[in-house]
Amino acid sequence: MRFLFKTDYEDDIKLFPHSGYYVSYGILIAFLLIAPFVLSSYLVSQLVFVCIYATVGVGLMILTGFTGQASLGHAAFLAIGAYTAAYLQQYNVPFPVYFLAGGLLTGVVGALVGFPALRLTGIYLVIATISFAFIVEEVLARWESVTHGNEGMRVKTLSLFGQAVPQNGPTFYYLCLAVLVLTIVGTLNLLRSPTGRAFVAIRDSETAARSMGVNVSLYKVKSFAISAAITGLAGVLFAHKLSFISPEMFTLQLSIEFIIVILIGGAFSLHGAVLGAIFLVMIDPFLTYLKDDLPGIISGLAATFGADSVTAGKVHSNVAAIASANGLKGAIYGVIIVLFVLFEPLGLYGRWLKIKLFFQLFPLYKRATFKRQKIYVKSERNR
Amino acid sequence: MLDFVQQLVSGIALGCVYGLIALGFVLVYKATEVVNFAQGDLMMLGGFFAFTFIGMLGLNYWLGFAGAVAAMAAFGMLAERVVVRPILGYPQFSIIMATIGLGYFLRSVVGMIWGTDDFKIETPFSDGVLRIGSLVLAYDKLSVIAATIILCALLYLFFNRTTLGTAMRASSENMLAAYYMGIPVKRVVSIVWAISAAVATAAGVLLAPITFIHSNVGLVLGLKAFPAAVLGGFGSIPGAVVGGVLIGVIESMAGFYLPQGWKDVAPYIVLLVVLLLKPEGLFGVHTRKKV
Repeated sequence: MRFLFKTDYEDDIKLFPHSGYYVSYGILIAFLLIAPFVLSSYLVSQLVFVCIYATVGVGLMILTGFTGQASLGHAAFLAIGAYTAAYLQQYNVPFPVYFLAGGLLTGVVGALVGFPALRLTGIYLVIATISFAFIVEEVLARWESVTHGNEGMRVKTLSLFGQAVPQNGPTFYYLCLAVLVLTIVGTLNLLRSPTGRAFVAIRDSETAARSMGVNVSLYKVKSFAISAAITGLAGVLFAHKLSFISPEMFTLQLSIEFIIVILIGGAFSLHGAVLGAIFLVMIDPFLTYLKDDLPGIISGLAATFGADSVTAGKVHSNVAAIASANGLKGAIYGVIIVLFVLFEPLGLYGRWLKIKLFFQLFPLYKRATFKRQKIYVKSERNR
Repeated sequence: MLDFVQQLVSGIALGCVYGLIALGFVLVYKATEVVNFAQGDLMMLGGFFAFTFIGMLGLNYWLGFAGAVAAMAAFGMLAERVVVRPILGYPQFSIIMATIGLGYFLRSVVGMIWGTDDFKIETPFSDGVLRIGSLVLAYDKLSVIAATIILCALLYLFFNRTTLGTAMRASSENMLAAYYMGIPVKRVVSIVWAISAAVATAAGVLLAPITFIHSNVGLVLGLKAFPAAVLGGFGSIPGAVVGGVLIGVIESMAGFYLPQGWKDVAPYIVLLVVLLLKPEGLFGVHTRKKV
């Protein structure tokens, strides 16, 4: 077991508490850097989506995970970033400029949404953000002089310092990875600053935060703005990755997916945003794989356990029929969400922490360490 | 003027549908402070049950209606037992996510069983119109309005006048205290889910002649009913219906008088404005802690 001795505050807020972190993150970064050379181009393309979703996840984590303000409108922020990129690109604005402009504009919109959201909590906030997202979607569909309406907009290949960066090449992957890493590092620094501590204080108890002198309104608006800005940056990359954007891509469904990212990852740590993004993006190739191979595997198993060839064939076709049924993906999604909420409320990262702690404390691990407390007095009414 | 009245009536009818779905939201919220995002999907499932009983098995309309309501009440209890009860007492956000997951599951399973086509149920109100002067009112719309008024009145009386209703309100305030007072909280929650699923089914069946049933109808209408519930102040039964009617009327007026595209956004704009001015909705109870 390792004991961390903290002698002052600087020790407490270190980004890398001990040397083991350098090793593990070093290995991770090295793997991510060589990934385009060892993985198939399809998987690299999925990794780009992981980076984009994880960036959004980090943005949403700041708002929902750390400030405690639920939002089901982040698809709209993504859309604003994406459309800013597509619009400015028409006038030959260089990438770094419209990348930052996308973030900035989305941040301003986020702050504007944050003001009305100050008075709302819980379910009212959720519905307000949903309404905002609907309005943005409709504006994108109707403001044809700028957004080309439902026809959508084509996004040209990204060009960086005179070099073309095709959206399927390794350079684009590195760009997305760099954005993700910079966002995470920036967010980590934000979270150990007074601003970040104010966010967490507001999440834990608004009343207590206010009585400690935290300007709740100011920090809520800040949180909305930062979260939206990060999502806007991801939106610029999203537009380039898809090379075509239209209003019906940015629906409530996408906002729900972003919430799923942080829920499945674990809504209390930035690790969760990344793990959740990996899970959400990689479930597609996994399901495809399952659809192709599962009938063979199951009928093979049936044959091994003494079923004759006719039964095995029947099993094969039945499983194949179920696996290729329309809309199976939705059902699996639903079941996964419910199972995570019921059995793994701390998400994938919570599971990792539990496993780690189990080995650290080996014979002394107590299951109750991670038990959540149930509160039957509903506090949401008189907050 | 006639146009206006015609639009008003069709807006009210549409609004009553939203109100009926919103009633389900409000019921569950009132009794357990849980927001059920799968309410629209329960309505959709109820509609499909009714379609199976009436359209496929050829039962009498009223018999099929009653069968669907009973089946859905049982299903509501089952959903509560499996999905909601284990996480009662956890933060609201977990429960919202769980019901979103339930909604996904229902939509996709219904799509797999019944297919993704549009279905229609033959009802006694399907055709025929009532003429008052030059005003034309379809029976199917009038039936929705009448059913909403009846259900709303019944539920209001139930919540405010019966012991069980009082028990439900008590367990919503403070489950633990209610339990100490001898209220069987678990059973109460179960009954609330049954009632709300039954109300949702009623909405689904009444709606069938107007908008057809398909596997996504719950999502579409649920998203309109949700603002209705919020507009009226979550947790107020008359509020849900008033909110629903407001949303319906705004939508049909915006569709008629404003340029294309406003129809879908207008309800949300009004909702945002109302929330800005009155964050707890029109009929909500205002409680706030001062620091």
